Parts: sequence; C-alpha cells; structure tokens
Amino acid sequence: MLVALVFLVLIIYLLPLYWISSTAFKPRSLATTVPPTVLFEPELTAFVKLFTARVQMRGEVEPEVYEKAPWYEKRVYDAGERIIKDADGKLESSGYLSRFLNSIIIAVTSTFLAVAMGTLTAYGFSRFKMPGEQDWLFFILSTRMLPPVVVAIPMFLMYRTVGLVDTHIGLIILYTAFNLSFSVWLMKGFIDEIPIEYEEAALVDGYTRMQAFFKIVLPQAATGIAATAVFCFITAWNEYAFALMMTNSRAQTAPPYIPSQLGSGVTDWTVIAAGTFLFLVPVAVFTFLLRKHLLRGVTFGAIRK
Amino acid sequence: MLARLDPGSAAARRGLSDIAIRNVFIVPTIIFLIVFNIFPLIYSLGYSFTDFRASSNDAANFVGLQNYRELLSDPYVWNNFTITAKYVLVSVGGQVLVGFGVALLLNRKVPAKGLVTTLLLLPMMMSMAVVGLFWQLLYSPSWGIINYALGLEDFEWLSDAEVALYAVALTDIWMWSPFVMLLSLAGLSAIPQHLYEAAAIDRASRWYTFTRITLPLVTPLLLIAIIFRTMEAFKTFDLAFIMTSMDSTELIAIRLYKMAFQEWQTGKSCAMAYIVLIMVLAITNIYVKYLNQAKAR
Repeated sequence: MLVALVFLVLIIYLLPLYWISSTAFKPRSLATTVPPTVLFEPELTAFVKLFTARVQMRGEVEPEVYEKAPWYEKRVYDAGERIIKDADGKLESSGYLSRFLNSIIIAVTSTFLAVAMGTLTAYGFSRFKMPGEQDWLFFILSTRMLPPVVVAIPMFLMYRTVGLVDTHIGLIILYTAFNLSFSVWLMKGFIDEIPIEYEEAALVDGYTRMQAFFKIVLPQAATGIAATAVFCFITAWNEYAFALMMTNSRAQTAPPYIPSQLGSGVTDWTVIAAGTFLFLVPVAVFTFLLRKHLLRGVTFGAIRK
Repeated sequence: MLARLDPGSAAARRGLSDIAIRNVFIVPTIIFLIVFNIFPLIYSLGYSFTDFRASSNDAANFVGLQNYRELLSDPYVWNNFTITAKYVLVSVGGQVLVGFGVALLLNRKVPAKGLVTTLLLLPMMMSMAVVGLFWQLLYSPSWGIINYALGLEDFEWLSDAEVALYAVALTDIWMWSPFVMLLSLAGLSAIPQHLYEAAAIDRASRWYTFTRITLPLVTPLLLIAIIFRTMEAFKTFDLAFIMTSMDSTELIAIRLYKMAFQEWQTGKSCAMAYIVLIMVLAITNIYVKYLNQAKAR
C-alpha cells in the first residue's frame, strides 16, 4: 500500500519530465497526436534539426544527392527540408549552439568568480571578529533576495552608458553578484565545521596565516567548495530574467532563447523538446551529485542535518 | 559561536596581521556587492522622483513624489497586487499541503528512499523558464496529456482568464512542493523516536500524536520553507511570463517589467521597484530571523 502510493507520487512528479524528454526523440508526426503516443521508435531527427539551419524544400530531393548525404542529412530530407550550407558546403548552424555555448561560458566564469570571492569572505567571517558581523551577513544575503527586475532597471541604464548591454561580461558580473551572497553563506557553513585546531597547529609549526589558509583550510573545504560551485553553476545556468532583459543575441543564453522558438511560425515541438532535453541533462546529473547537500544548499547553509 | 584564534599570540602575528587578512578577504566582496547591487539601487531611487524615459533623449525632470502618488492610487496596480496575493496564497498553500503530505509518506520505511527523494527533487532544480515552456506542451487544449488524462476536451488552461493563474500556480506547486518536502523531511527525521513510543504507551490517538508531537516539532523548518516560498512566489516572473500573457495573470513583477522595458516609463518603474523592494526586504528580515533561530538549535 505504502509502496504503491510512493510509486504513484513518483510517477506524477516524473511524468512531465519523461514527456518532454520522450518528445525529443519522437518523429514530428507523433509529437502532438490524440491520443498521446507512448510507444514509438526513437530517432535523432529533432537533435539534427536543433543544431542546423534549414529551409522547406520545394519538390523532391534528387535520388543521387540523397544517396550521398550523411545519415543526419537524410533525416532532414525525409522531413521535407534541407540544411542551409555556405559556399564551401559547410553546414550552417542554428541559433541554439551559440546560445548553449554562451550559457556555458557565462555560467562557468561567474561560478568561478562567485566561489573564489565567496570562499575568502566566508573564511574571513568564520575566523575573525568583525564589528557588526550579523548586519554584514544580513546585508550580503539581502542582495540575493532582490527581485531581478528591480536590479535590472538601473543596471540596464548603467550598462547602456558603458556599452555592456548584450555582452558576456555584463551577464557574468550580474550572475557573480547574484551568486556571491549565496556562496558566502554556504561556504561559511562549511568552513565553520572545520576544526580551528588544525590551523592553530599549523601556526605553531611556523606557517603564516595565509599558508595555513591555503594548505590546511582549503583542502579541508574541498567538498564544500565543489558543492557550492555546482549550486552556483545551476543557478546561473537556469537564470532567465536578467538574460531576457540584458541580452538579445550576441550574449544571449539558452533560457530566453528556447522559449522564443515557440512563437516563430509553425511550432515543431520535437525541436523545442530536444533543446530542452539537452539543457536539462546537466542539471539532472548535478542534482544527483549534490543529493547529500541539497538541504544545506536551499537554506543557505543554515540547516545541515 | 566558534572559538577564534587569539590575536595576541606570537603565531598569529607572523606574516600579514589578522586585521589585514580579514580585510583583504572580506572587503572586495562587500565592495563588489555595493557597486553592483546597492549603487544601482541608489541610482534608481534618484530616477524614481523623475519623469525619465529611457527611450527618449529628453532630460529627466524632477517630479517629486508624483510617481509614488500615481502608483498607489492606480486601481490597475492594486489589481496587480491582488493577483499576486492570490497567486502566492494558492501556490504556497498548495506546496505546503502537497510537500508536507509527501514528506509524511516518505518518513516511513520506504524502499530506495534516497533515490526516490532525489528523483522527487529534480523539478525544483530546473529552470523556471524551461519548466514554463514544457508545461505548455502538457497543458495544450487539443493534444496535451493533462486534458487527455482528465478526459477534458479542449479545455483552455492557459487562455481562460479565470483558470490561467491557477494553472500557473499548479505548475509552481509541481516544481516547488519538493522544496517543502525536503525541509519537512529534515524536520520529521529529527523528531526523537522515544516521544512516539511514550505516546503509544499512553494510548494517544494518531491525531493527538500528530498535532502534539509531529506538528510542533516540524514547525520551525516548515516556517522557513513557507517564508522563503512566499518571498519567491511574490517575486514570480519567469513562470507566469512564459506560460501566459493575460491581464488576469499579470503579477507585480510582470507589470514592473512591462512598465520598464516595454512602455519605457523608467522613472515610474523605478518608483514601483522601490515599493516592491521594501516589501521584499521586510520578508527577508523575517526569513533571516527564522533561519538564524534554526541554525542556533
């Protein structure tokens, strides 16, 4: 009874995720059928379409051209379309690839900056006396709570003045600021747990405080740093509002791009599903890696279990 | 509170002084946050007293409190607040009921509990924008699986003015009830087993055990979940913005976005941003208080 109930809950929660994933592997004709298609032969056509720029074909493709085409191009011909190529015969890529790369560049860089600064600051708060410590920590956390739109309005005006609208650096700065407070709080939780005796012993052995930090504390905090980095990465990876307001093409990330495909012409849900699927896979993998630290992460390091 | 190194000891005086290290470690972060969070807010506070429009070249004129007066007497804006309140109530209420319910279920002897919990937590780690996108596929009136599963024909989840807000809230419940579940599970598993044993010896009813033992002991963590989700729901932008574009789903953050980036009423939107900001900071204050309490326990 209990097992059946848990199983039911699991199915309800996972069905939406299964549905979007399976749509990515469906032939287009089966993506929006009534009743919904559950069993089908999976294919990769949607992923080929996702990465290439295509046009609708007039008439049939010539048989010898079709024969010579690689498998992925055949899939596109089968769908009555052809891939746009430049003069040298190189395939033209769709907008997705560059958005995906932008997402990676921006998320990785901002994560690195936020975790590096956050770790130092957390150590400072954890080990030294600071006048008004609680107030500073509250100030740091409160910057995280600001609604993105509230920050975006003045930031947009400032970025416009200095030419940072639609640049990678512009988004990296915003995401670093957004993740920094989280990183300080979470890392403080991790560093508080490292016994201070380790450093004291090192100081007695003749280390300077800096050496003790780099050689004793950082290795001890490695797990915490990794967990914090993964959280920061996921947050930056998923972020939508800033990206929507601050970028439009050159530095646009995947979250504003994927939904924008919905309105353009006849919607091909298999392509949207393929883009969504590739975007969600890293997050799913990271969630499993983080499973022991999720509680700590969502409470800013306050609750450790 | 942790024991701290004695600053007077010989060991602590080698190399840079403690004060120097503390400042080198902490000050850059604080400066960074002031430059990129606080300075922009001061900037927009200034604009909130003007009629500035970022789309035109006209210089900003000082209008005093006019923007604030207009906003607070605008029935349209009050309507946005009402919609937001309704949304917060339904979505956070739903998350608490569902999340706590599932937590009670998982707090028993469930096979592969760790795996089940992690799988259930997947939705909340996903991007709101992308979740909003693929729920449109599920909600589709003609071929969506939700209508199919419920046996409804052509029911317009996202373009019916009465229903759309609740449809968005339902997606939010799917996405964030795992968050409440996670915190509730932590609270439930920390309840000492001997309390239940004592209650069993006293032949306490299940209801009595639940209301006198389970609930009070889970409450601190549950409150943290509720306050945090309330704040997040109040700020909701992505999900509703992606899923529908109706007047009846125009949450306060969406109104603010339109005012700033579509109507280009920059001065007025800065004033609006400040009204929202003050409300968010008030909730943050309460949240941090409870967070620190939970930490101290």
